[in-house]
Amino acid sequence: MSIRGKAAIVGFSELPTLRQYGERSTTGLLAEVARGAIRDAGMRKDDIDGVINREDVNSLELCEALGITPRYTSSMTVHGASGAASILTAAMAVASGVASNVLCMLGQSRPASATRLEAGAGARGGGGPANILTEWEAPFGTVVAANGGYGMIKARHMHEFGTTQEQFAKCAVDQRFNALKNENGLWKDPITIDDVLNSRFVNDPLHLLECVMPCSGANAVIVTSAERARALPNPPVYILGVGGPATSHSVVWQNESITTTPVVQSAPVALQMAEYSARDIEFAQFYDCYTILAMMCLEDAGICAKGEIGAFYESTDTTYAGEFPINTDGGQISAGQPGGGAGGFRHVVEATRQVMGRAGERQVKKGDLCLVNG
Amino acid sequence: MAEYEKPLPRQADPALTQPFWDAAKRHELILPRCFQCSRHFWYPRQACPHCLSPDWEWTKASGRGRLHTYTIVRQPQNPAFNDDVPYAYAMVQLNEGVRMISNLVDVEVPDGVRIDMELEVTFEDVTEEWTLPRFRPAS
Ligand SMILES: [Zn+2]
Repeated sequence: MSIRGKAAIVGFSELPTLRQYGERSTTGLLAEVARGAIRDAGMRKDDIDGVINREDVNSLELCEALGITPRYTSSMTVHGASGAASILTAAMAVASGVASNVLCMLGQSRPASATRLEAGAGARGGGGPANILTEWEAPFGTVVAANGGYGMIKARHMHEFGTTQEQFAKCAVDQRFNALKNENGLWKDPITIDDVLNSRFVNDPLHLLECVMPCSGANAVIVTSAERARALPNPPVYILGVGGPATSHSVVWQNESITTTPVVQSAPVALQMAEYSARDIEFAQFYDCYTILAMMCLEDAGICAKGEIGAFYESTDTTYAGEFPINTDGGQISAGQPGGGAGGFRHVVEATRQVMGRAGERQVKKGDLCLVNG
Repeated sequence: MAEYEKPLPRQADPALTQPFWDAAKRHELILPRCFQCSRHFWYPRQACPHCLSPDWEWTKASGRGRLHTYTIVRQPQNPAFNDDVPYAYAMVQLNEGVRMISNLVDVEVPDGVRIDMELEVTFEDVTEEWTLPRFRPAS
């Protein structure tokens, strides 16, 4: 049974992405953004009977804070992909009748004390519970955050396919152009290719301006059935196809091809269900913790041939005004990566905003068919 | 000898992985190989990830391979490595078909580091108890 077109996103809300939200709690941010999304959908709190969030906060605590008694709830995680995956789960819940109106929300109020030194106590730095990181990586001097893995992947992509530093930089430059029109984004200054190339190596060959900044923020959407969607105030954003996140690897060196992403599995499932091909896609919102990841995922989704994403960026205007817009709100690299999975969820929220025609100055010209990767 | 402040290997399952570290102390590189499908795998775990057979043995490895990829570290997660930057954090493809994380030594960083360069294992006794395998350009 396909769930093509059976569910739709009918409302959304996004809190501005900031470095810190001061003393405010994560639950407080989630409650605010949930209220915003429910109101935006033209619903009342008691209409919500499904709640999906990420494991960082227990959904029962959130339901209690919001006074919602759900028929279906899940505090799930597939890490950064949790936001996009919540839409898959919500659409399945709605299509199957398990829930009627599902609230999906992610976010984090980052503690001011979240320093690199504290993070160093984690597995990557050799601390915390023993696991494969503390035994097989940490003794060799792991890089801070996820920079090490993506630096190694980028080096290999450059080696295998000849992708150039300038081509990676173009991705960051186009996204910054988009971010300048995002009132909720973090960065307000334009950048050039030279700015990216002259930014320091966080670890070679990865430049600082190709990486996300961990931030605070929250976002939420409401998913309901196609029938109910038509009676609600916003233009429905129909969910035409979904492909599940799939990978068996928690460390990059276990992946047989480190320049191939799980999108090779998820995109064909989503596109086949949607009855479209990658060539039909008008614009894309793709998870971008680093330029290299967004670029490899676009290849694996079939937006261009494998290994040709560098040439694609070089020859394509991917700004909101261009021929194939990508990450029209600036993405995580230029609008910021709010924690708790809200960074990845911003791609879903921006796709919704664009398809509803509510993206203001950065509205894309052809905005009906968007491919989102979380 | 100054106290070694960097993280030593911390084992989730010492019964499973101790033979590797004992061999390293003898300056030998050993790898798990499956009896059922004859393939090597890395890291050591209960069952072969290729065929799920629990029957595998430790075998002596060639110690040779290629640099699959690398990154030059300038900002280590653990500050105990701060004095070593820049250093090469390496993903090594061993001739037995498995990959492991290590460091490159005896090579100019970053200019001497090339993906696919041929490597051989070398061992550093970092404490009296622990020896780490590292890789240098093959002779
Ligand atoms: Zn086997």
